[in-house]
Amino acid sequence: MFSPEIERIDRKELRAMQLERLKHIVRYAYKNVSMYKKRFDEIGLKPEHIKSLKDIENIPYTTKDDLRDHYPYGLFAVPMKQIVRLHASSGTTGKPIVGGYTRNDLDNWSTCIARILTMAGATDEDIFQVSFGYGLFTGGFGLHYGVEKLGATVVPMSSGNTERQLLLMRDFGVTALIATPSYAMYLAETAKREGILKDLKVRLVCMGAEASTAETHESLQKLFGAFPTENYGLTEVGGPGVAGECREKAGMHINEDMFYPEIVNVEKNRVLQEGEQGEMVLTTLTKEGMPILRYRTKDITSITYEPCKCKRTLARMARVVGRTDDMLIIRGVNVFPSQIESVLMGMEELGKTYEIIVDRVNYMDTLEVRVEVDDSNLLTDYFKLEELVNKIRHKLRVVLQIDVKVKLVEPFSIKRSEGKVKRVIDLRKK
Amino acid sequence: MLVKQLSVFMENRPGRLFNLTNTLGKEGIDFITLSIADTKDFGIVRFIARDNEKAYKILKNAGFTVGITELIGVEVSDRPNALAEVVALMDEEKINIEYLYSFVLTSQNTAKILMRIEDTDRAIKLLQEKGIKLLSEKIL
Repeated sequence: MFSPEIERIDRKELRAMQLERLKHIVRYAYKNVSMYKKRFDEIGLKPEHIKSLKDIENIPYTTKDDLRDHYPYGLFAVPMKQIVRLHASSGTTGKPIVGGYTRNDLDNWSTCIARILTMAGATDEDIFQVSFGYGLFTGGFGLHYGVEKLGATVVPMSSGNTERQLLLMRDFGVTALIATPSYAMYLAETAKREGILKDLKVRLVCMGAEASTAETHESLQKLFGAFPTENYGLTEVGGPGVAGECREKAGMHINEDMFYPEIVNVEKNRVLQEGEQGEMVLTTLTKEGMPILRYRTKDITSITYEPCKCKRTLARMARVVGRTDDMLIIRGVNVFPSQIESVLMGMEELGKTYEIIVDRVNYMDTLEVRVEVDDSNLLTDYFKLEELVNKIRHKLRVVLQIDVKVKLVEPFSIKRSEGKVKRVIDLRKK
Repeated sequence: MLVKQLSVFMENRPGRLFNLTNTLGKEGIDFITLSIADTKDFGIVRFIARDNEKAYKILKNAGFTVGITELIGVEVSDRPNALAEVVALMDEEKINIEYLYSFVLTSQNTAKILMRIEDTDRAIKLLQEKGIKLLSEKIL
């Protein structure tokens, strides 16, 4: 264990620590973030009203819209001088979601990652290849510094260029791979096809950024002969490192000293019991740069507080089974249909009917947008149509940061449905 | 002086061309010309019907995306190099031809060339100066 004093902590002791930290973070957020002060004042809630962990239920939720509305720095609790890093991910519409980190935040983040990698079976002798994109995405840098904190070797490969990934994996003697489940599968399949699987020494595959299935775990185990685990996190509360699977693979251990988890039935505004399935709501207990109270993740899961066979006492969350909103995860990137809609509706030459088709080809997610063409001005020459396709593709790339296939289709070729319009067709098997 | 052509957006998948031609055919529309270039996902079907206006209405009502494009049509004698001579005229004046198709009717010994040109006015003036016979709406 990387932090045995926390990971094996007596739960009573943990709850006392959580309460202490919760009281602090609530006071801190109230004092330093105007949105929280306003929200509390509106309902007459004072930080000193938080006397027990259960009192957290009186605090209003924070949502992705709140983060968007306070773009870029509105929820930061410290002056920019103390922020040493920024990360961002796409929001529901045009504006990204921004996270700001103090030096302590980065240090805690690395600790969370180091714990998770250790849980997965890693040691300081491993050579990690980080195949998450490096940049604004929290995955690349988040895992990178966690590997360094663990004392292992990091190959900051970033994403893409599969042939080179495999070449270095072989030549550098990489023992642990960090990737999205779909990219890990793609790498494994390609290595098999190229006949270099036997030259690879990968023994661990740590997956994140999108939910994985039991089939993926099985296939990776078979192909690489490696031990696959999944971990969980999101940019809004700091990035990956919220929770991760241990060798027992009986749920993901939540770093409860840093995050306070609740499972909530949002419609009934009720916090659910252990084992019940609902939406994960997270409160950051230690974040200085951007403390977040009761963030609605929209991820559907459940929690158990039973001690694990691995001797860890930290609560475990089940693999995420779905979302309470329509967010899609495409090659590890969060995509909202509303983002696509805002691009399409902003283009006069397009009809109002469109369709989003998600599929998985060779373990890689594909996103296709079909739009009906109803402007006859486009028909004077073929070049205009091609130009339009490129323009849509470019605009979508700017907003979504992934490549989208764009297809122009004939009017009325997209099915009209009565009642609720079904814009998204997800053909990936569950 | 110009010849009207209908342009219809069409996806490249089985049944689409049938759908278009059948929609018009069963209403008694007769095609004079029809051209499709090879494309990947979608393309433009271009044609001239004997009754363009009626064809346009039928397609509009049937929900097709259809536009009207004006072409320059010329008639030349059906002999080698006749097309090249017309193209050479355009080249000299640096008039760009976006696309072109031609056909020959066996009952006549002339060839008809249909051209889509951005700078229509200049092209017509040039062709008239050079004494090239221009086709009107009724090209047959």
